[in-house]
Amino acid sequence: MSAGAINDPNFIKKLSGKAHELSRGFDEIKLMHVCGTHEHSIVESGLRSLLPENVSLVSGPGCPVCITPKEDIERMIHLAEKGMTITTFGDMVNIPTDSGSLADARAKGADVRIVYGVSNALALAAKGKEVAHFGIGFETTVPTSSVALRSGQDNFSILSVHRTIPEAMEFLLESDIKVDGFIDPGHVSSIIGVDVYRPLSKRYKVPQVVAGFEPGDLMLSVTMLLEQLHEGRSEVENEYARAVREQGNQKAMAMIDETFEHYDAKWRALPTIPGSGLRIREEYAEMDTLKRHEDLLEDFEYIPREEESGCRCADILLGNCSPDECPLYGGVCTPDSPVGPCMVSIEGTCNIAYKFGQ
Amino acid sequence: MCLAIPGKLVEKDGDKGVVDYDGAKVEVRLELVDAEVGDYVIVHTGFAIEKLSEEDALESIKLWKEILELDK
Repeated sequence: MSAGAINDPNFIKKLSGKAHELSRGFDEIKLMHVCGTHEHSIVESGLRSLLPENVSLVSGPGCPVCITPKEDIERMIHLAEKGMTITTFGDMVNIPTDSGSLADARAKGADVRIVYGVSNALALAAKGKEVAHFGIGFETTVPTSSVALRSGQDNFSILSVHRTIPEAMEFLLESDIKVDGFIDPGHVSSIIGVDVYRPLSKRYKVPQVVAGFEPGDLMLSVTMLLEQLHEGRSEVENEYARAVREQGNQKAMAMIDETFEHYDAKWRALPTIPGSGLRIREEYAEMDTLKRHEDLLEDFEYIPREEESGCRCADILLGNCSPDECPLYGGVCTPDSPVGPCMVSIEGTCNIAYKFGQ
Repeated sequence: MCLAIPGKLVEKDGDKGVVDYDGAKVEVRLELVDAEVGDYVIVHTGFAIEKLSEEDALESIKLWKEILELDK
């Protein structure tokens, strides 16, 4: 399936026409996606300009770097300052906390390395370095951490801040935030499948469509959601069948289950979400940074403070506010001098908006 | 960030392989999928996470193209 077929301009134009037709008669329809790459594709392609006026497409908490709690970043900075080698994905090093960022620690001589994937961190440990890997991300990244844990690599551990998406969606549906339909994330769904979302549609009467990343995928998914709303259905449909199976990637899911267990976890700027965190199982305690380096972490203290004044990252992560509604956006807060995480990460809603000049 | 473009598995040696993105060749780990040389895979942070199915892909697009044609 080439991108050409799904991105055929005529196809997208007709879908837009159909979307207008299907949304007629509704007041406001609010659709939400929960994926930084979806936001990137939507903004880059200008897709929002093809939507009916009464349909808004907002970004939810889909940026893993943005939702990683400050406490965990400060914990990694603490370990870096104690001489550990820290590996992490690119954006994470620049996220500001009350103790500076990992990049600041590196500037002061700490060994903080950016890796493309956990394999690079394993290779570093194999050379004899004592490596603590910052395990961030949703279900797409979790099984790669599972592979690392199962490898039994010496000198290696993971600080898991992995979070899971369906629990976050349920939290949003339980809150007073109104969402009329969800665009479910593409590659998270490659791992967890389609079926896993069905209890949410049933319980909250909310339609969902699992979507791919091309502009045509997203326009088709929006139209499929509007068709469901038009017909009064609330089902889970799979637009991204080329990469998402009904039951997901069962091999990967089995590895996740073997190495991680769910717990109630904090998301940055959001409250604790029941069952949304994945911590390393006791059987792999030797490779769990929290346990392996308990002695180094003994004197770590986290003092919670209010988020930066004026920064509306929390509202942006909940889809309650767009970047231009934040007083700091584009003035005090830019990618070169970010105040909140949404402006730092390439998956952050503010960073994406700024990059494409919105 | 998710990489939406699928790559073709051109080499495989146990759990390690090489994926070809239209000329650009990238090393990939294969622990998470049962893929063979010739398969198209989706890669995330250096790991193949799923094989691509062209058959499934074309089905939903075709169906929608038909719906839109009928509406004309």
